[in-house]
Amino acid sequence: MSVSSPTGDRPVKAFWPPMAAGAALGLALLFTFLITGHGLGASGAATDVIAGTGLAVAPAATQANLYLGPKVADGNPIGSWMTWEVLGLFIGALLAAFMAGRFRVQLDGARSVGTSSRIVRALAGGVLAGFGARVAGGCTSGLGLSGAAALGVAAFVFLALFFATGLITSRIVRGV
Amino acid sequence: MLPLHTTGALSGLACGFLFGYILENAGFGSPQKLTAQFKLTDWSVFKVMFTAIVVAALGLWLLRLVGLMPPDSIAVPQALVMASAVGGVLVGAGFAIGGYCPGTSVAGLASGRLDALVFIVGLLVGTFAFVGLYGPTVRSVMALGMIAEGDTFTDAYGVAEPVVLAALVVMLVAVFFAGSWFERRGPGPVSAEQAVAGAE
Repeated sequence: MSVSSPTGDRPVKAFWPPMAAGAALGLALLFTFLITGHGLGASGAATDVIAGTGLAVAPAATQANLYLGPKVADGNPIGSWMTWEVLGLFIGALLAAFMAGRFRVQLDGARSVGTSSRIVRALAGGVLAGFGARVAGGCTSGLGLSGAAALGVAAFVFLALFFATGLITSRIVRGV
Repeated sequence: MLPLHTTGALSGLACGFLFGYILENAGFGSPQKLTAQFKLTDWSVFKVMFTAIVVAALGLWLLRLVGLMPPDSIAVPQALVMASAVGGVLVGAGFAIGGYCPGTSVAGLASGRLDALVFIVGLLVGTFAFVGLYGPTVRSVMALGMIAEGDTFTDAYGVAEPVVLAALVVMLVAVFFAGSWFERRGPGPVSAEQAVAGAE
């Protein structure tokens, strides 16, 4: 069954079956390991953006910061592999959404929890995830996915606590 | 000899493009679909993740086995048990409340979701807060429970790699069985039409 997309006449295509999407993601991850020596990630780009912006706006404070100092020692990290990767992620997802009639401008969750409530939750969730990713040294993709494929103990500790906390939290707070 | 250790723009764009194209096609630009994993009504997140982990881990192992890649040539996250646990709690809570994790929020924005853009602003705020608080105290807490022996199950606990891989395959089968069992008893996975329409 397909319905007309609100953004055009392109019919909404079904998502890939999980096994097919998982196999494709595994091969993309393997490809990334083979050409770079490390896996896929996302949250590292936020660090690079903060570090790069800091270097431009307040260079002395950024260089003196214990976390950012080493990251800006060799110049501005905007333009690092990770920032290019996240730009590629955006382009790939944009193309996929357009090709499948799944691009639609919306505030997802506005109908379920209300507009202002959804904005507060999205912001709070982002703050928690951004802070948490820096504590763990990676997020669901960088540490959970890539670290697990590399058989790292840390990845499985992360995934177990990630799942347990998500299960409990989603019973207390409705995100969308 | 593999890996190639490319670090340039083209390498990043190519890997990211594949990542984003697959994430969106899996339905992971939708916070409704993503959070349904925690409601146990849609197991796509774990099915996709564990399949990907097993495929990539087996691929890396085979490449080492046939000698195309030397051992210890890929990045393994440091076995910081406390940091990984606390980070897992925070990212899990952020995922349930905000509807995304860092990577999927970019896929969400690319599919037109403005709440994903708000989540990304939050990510930057959270990162900035961490950077501001980071110092000797935070660093010593993050170093708690570090496994000094090594970062992989093989190095840390002496478990042979084929045993670890076999355990992963068992976990993958368990995820598919448990997931399909739960999906049959609930409303089922979130469809593309439902995801595009938005959560209700």
